[in-house]
Amino acid sequence: MSSTSSDKHAAGVFDIRNIIGALMGVYGVILALAGLFGEHEPEKTGGVNANLWTGLALIVVAVVFIGWARLKPIVVPEHVEAPDDDPTRPGPQRKRPPAH
Amino acid sequence: MSSDTLIDASWLDYLLVAIYFGFVLGIGVMARRSVSDSIDFFLSGRSLPAWVTGLAFISANLGAVEIMGMSANGAEIGLPTVHYFWVGAVPAMLFLGVVMMPFYYGSKVRSVPEFMFRRFGTGAHLVNAISFAVAQLLIAGVNLALLAGIVHALLGWPIWVALIVAGAIVLSYITLGGLSAAIYNEVLQFFVIVASLLPLTLIGLHRVGGWGGLTDKITAAAEQAPADGGVAPAAQQLNSWPGQALAGFDSSLLSVIGIVFGLGFVLSFGYWTTNFVEVQRAMASDSISAARKTPIIGAFPKMFIPFIVIVPGMISAVLVTEMVDLKNGGSPAGGASGDGVAYNDALLLLMRDVLPNGLLGLAIAGLLAAFMAGMAANISAFNTVFSYDLWQRYIRKDHTDDYYLRIGRLATVAATVIAIFTAQIAMGYDNVMNYLQTLFGFFNAPLFATFILGMFWKRMTPTAGWVGLVAGTLSAIAVDRLAAAGVIDLPGQGAAFLAASTAFVVDIVLSVAVSLVTKPKPASELKGLVYSETPREDRTDPDEASLPWWRRTVPLAGIALAMVIVLNFAF
Repeated sequence: MSSTSSDKHAAGVFDIRNIIGALMGVYGVILALAGLFGEHEPEKTGGVNANLWTGLALIVVAVVFIGWARLKPIVVPEHVEAPDDDPTRPGPQRKRPPAH
Repeated sequence: MSSDTLIDASWLDYLLVAIYFGFVLGIGVMARRSVSDSIDFFLSGRSLPAWVTGLAFISANLGAVEIMGMSANGAEIGLPTVHYFWVGAVPAMLFLGVVMMPFYYGSKVRSVPEFMFRRFGTGAHLVNAISFAVAQLLIAGVNLALLAGIVHALLGWPIWVALIVAGAIVLSYITLGGLSAAIYNEVLQFFVIVASLLPLTLIGLHRVGGWGGLTDKITAAAEQAPADGGVAPAAQQLNSWPGQALAGFDSSLLSVIGIVFGLGFVLSFGYWTTNFVEVQRAMASDSISAARKTPIIGAFPKMFIPFIVIVPGMISAVLVTEMVDLKNGGSPAGGASGDGVAYNDALLLLMRDVLPNGLLGLAIAGLLAAFMAGMAANISAFNTVFSYDLWQRYIRKDHTDDYYLRIGRLATVAATVIAIFTAQIAMGYDNVMNYLQTLFGFFNAPLFATFILGMFWKRMTPTAGWVGLVAGTLSAIAVDRLAAAGVIDLPGQGAAFLAASTAFVVDIVLSVAVSLVTKPKPASELKGLVYSETPREDRTDPDEASLPWWRRTVPLAGIALAMVIVLNFAF
């Protein structure tokens, strides 16, 4: 089930901070572009270019999360046991939840 | 896109929604295949820092209740809604972290039915498992109704088609593995929701002229409202205390008592300390001290969530024409349910009016994610209790693992179909919060009474366990029926608070009375189940003392408590 690698390594893309950063970054870029080139719709927002500002804010959030993950990477130990599935949330299971 | 839909979404909005689902399902599929030991490492949970479990902890709860219910409440009664956060959540979360969590962690109890079985035996276990399963189906119906509301608002399909489509979406989410990465999804969902609700609040405030403009408009609206419309005076809508509009009492003293005892103690302590869907987020952390800090760290963002859910509801009530009409006693057509605007639509309508395409898509993604994940969690919790606590224990023992997995799959499909029907009940309520609080009163209040008494009083007997639960639930239902029949007249959520308080008191009184005349379990069987019989070393973390003060549990809880008291005075 779980493969073992020969040495310790950083968690990389699976570090949750990188995943948050990636999603916020993609959203930020799309919204900023929509704000720059799309319809502005000032009658809805009261004159503010909401897409652009939200997009820029999201890009900042993305940079902070990815930067944090870079500066303090989480190290994955040599041996990783396959996780137990959360018994309250079956869905597709690797293991049967324990019958208590 | 036909023009008769409630929300006019463009391709850009659909793109943002698709990206979100791509992320979530992508993580789910990777988690299932276990392509990398890194993701195994994360999902096994033992590495998760307290800020991640803390966010997952509140995000598991940031679904239908918080977003639609609280904004509906904000539109209807205004600021007193903050009590759901500052009285009805934060103190209970701190209590959970400081008092209960060491006990859970030490006793290794992993679910409420498990505790009931070991503490009280078959009777209480059976009652609790059945009532839990029913509660999950009813709450799944709430999530499904809201999800279908969004599908209806987006695509304009008839509501019953929307219900079936929404049910199919949830089923495919469970099947495609979205749940196996639950903590990941919950944290992502938290950020998407904040990223969409924060701009919504800021733009909304900008449109009404800031906080001052909002209070002026609410004051003016309350003065102009027809006397028979039942609109609360502006002073009640703009101050959190004494909260008559929320509790439904005319007397401010009774109102404060109702909120503090009914909501703050019975409902909220009952909800937060026995809700293992959330408690398990904390169990995923790496030490007893991190587990204790999980709800306490969660309390900090929780304090500020009212500003991005209740304030938009209040803005919606003065800015959106349909909502203004509704609050003045009108019955405007349209709305997410298809038969008239309800307070539940406050947030969706505000989005329609103030968010440009793009941000609108982000907001829709956040809402869909929250309701879908919420319903999936209900269905899965139902599935576990049905397959293992009911079917395996009482109906078919000693079959193969595959057999119970098949039963589990059937239960998932059946629960989704049943939720389509329970959604109909939920849609009958104009403000979904009234319905949810009623349900919590039926199920959580007696459970909490039995749980807390059984945990701290070793004399409590097995018979008292099930008698208390049954009597508590029945008394809450009786109060609710009396209120529905008009015998007890409490608007707002007062009837739900009264039902919950009654259930709690009836449960405690009967449990004590029955315990005194029946035979208790021997103390040797209560280790890890009753506080006084659990060794102290099972409940403490030896490393805690070496941490700096701001990373220790109790000082952190003190800061949170001080902040929430300040917030109560400020508003």
